[in-house]
Amino acid sequence: MRKVWWVVPVAVAGAAAVRRARPAHEGGERAGDRWLTVTVNRAPADVGSEGKPPAPLDELADRIDVRIRPAPGDRGTELGARFREPVPAESTSVPARLAGRDPRQELRRALRDAKSLLEAGEVLRPDAPPTTRPTPGGKLVELFTRRSGGEGVL
Amino acid sequence: MKALCWEGVNKLSVEQVPDPELRNDQDVVVRLIAGTTCGSDLHLIGGYIPGMRAGDVIGHEFVGEVVETGSAVRRHRVGDRVVVCSFVGCGRCWYCANDLWSLCDNTNTNPGIGQALFGYETAGIFGYSHAMGGLRGSHAEYVRVPFADYGAFKVPEGIDDTSALFVSDSVPTGWMGADLAGVKPGDVVAVWGCGAVGQMAARAAILKGAERVVSIDRIPERLAMTERYVGSETLDYTATDVAAELRERTGGRGPDVCIEAVGMEAHSDGPMHLYDQAKQQLRLQTDRSTAVRQAIHACRKGGTVFVLGVFAGAVDKFPLGAVINKGLTVRGAQMHGQRYIPMLLDRLAAGEIETAHLATHSLSLDEAPTAYDMFKEKTDGCVRAVIRPDHRGAA
Repeated sequence: MRKVWWVVPVAVAGAAAVRRARPAHEGGERAGDRWLTVTVNRAPADVGSEGKPPAPLDELADRIDVRIRPAPGDRGTELGARFREPVPAESTSVPARLAGRDPRQELRRALRDAKSLLEAGEVLRPDAPPTTRPTPGGKLVELFTRRSGGEGVL
Repeated sequence: MKALCWEGVNKLSVEQVPDPELRNDQDVVVRLIAGTTCGSDLHLIGGYIPGMRAGDVIGHEFVGEVVETGSAVRRHRVGDRVVVCSFVGCGRCWYCANDLWSLCDNTNTNPGIGQALFGYETAGIFGYSHAMGGLRGSHAEYVRVPFADYGAFKVPEGIDDTSALFVSDSVPTGWMGADLAGVKPGDVVAVWGCGAVGQMAARAAILKGAERVVSIDRIPERLAMTERYVGSETLDYTATDVAAELRERTGGRGPDVCIEAVGMEAHSDGPMHLYDQAKQQLRLQTDRSTAVRQAIHACRKGGTVFVLGVFAGAVDKFPLGAVINKGLTVRGAQMHGQRYIPMLLDRLAAGEIETAHLATHSLSLDEAPTAYDMFKEKTDGCVRAVIRPDHRGAA
């Protein structure tokens, strides 16, 4: 029985993530209205412009608005993006997010990758294969890791 | 290649896993010379750290030789003997630029998990769960080291492998505790825990000019080792009232700085231990914070408590009232090793810090599960078991 206990914190973390980032319409706002933002430790001129966002954010340029402004206190540049059209509520449901169909996941991933490319020159890739033995508990963790780059607090 | 894999709660085995490869241009691949058990691994092995998958390679404190370099690596070449910081930092995000390397924004490949757990993710660390980066560990014949220009440090000639090994994690962790706690000349410092990190925190406090340093543990061999190699006073908490003893040794004031180097599976000899143990086993709390509580109560008014031990989640009976009403500063951090490692290698070379004594046992990679059993049970006075891969069969 004890063997399965370690899965509990993962499930709790997953539930916490779902709760924190629950569909925006539940809070009376449209998901597409919220700016997702990263702070890049580079000068604004290095980050790009609102008409020409940095890669790979530029691949979404026809669907998003971009905001670039200096961060306070010598912290670099705030790079924000949001969809022009509101994200449909059904796309932000928990099942849609677990299935990887929430478009905000793509946007979060693009923002994180843009930040990493601008700052460090590359996006760190995980080791491959990440592990060697599939187990039920491991598959749950794998699901969270697959979605992790597109989830979180951005 | 062979590697030590986590196979489930309290189950380790040596398995064949694919060789690591360069996955990014700033990577190097290192052939392991030696790695070591670490107390924080026990939390992981015991199932207290979330995000492990069967087959994950563990280990994060190591020294080795560079055997392959990515096209963008500038500071290392094949053949370099390097000690590698356990946390991976990109070197250029705001956190790295401000010497807060374990908070790096760009090295945790699973940021969403860390953000769900802690609000914001940590940097990646070798072999320490998918929540903490998802990077393979170092108890293997080879390991991939991302951002190697920033996290791998050439070991000067004259420093042997075993001594250098502990500069990967234990020594900078201990140094950071004393440094970020603001230890200064004239201070009285108490350190909970006489494992490798606690010993190094005590040594750092001495080197930073503390007037008295008192180290607390229950294991006779560790207490004796701390007196001999660190130069700290010691207290056996099973034989005395620690709080009363500290008051007596500080003119009734209490220590200026209290450093906790124990972590989430703390022991004590009172009924509170049974209470904490029961709650942790039932998952009603994730961590046992006995030593943190003691440190907070023992610390002088207006003093500083630094939490060096690893904690993963929530604790019960945290004395927040004492923190507020005594005006304490409470700090904690994972290890910002890149900030300290060059300086610490110099101090090691100068003989100001000794580490070789920490390696009480040396075993092969095939014997790594036994090494962790010995380390966990403190068999035969084990403080750290050093794991040395047998490279004869390596590809």
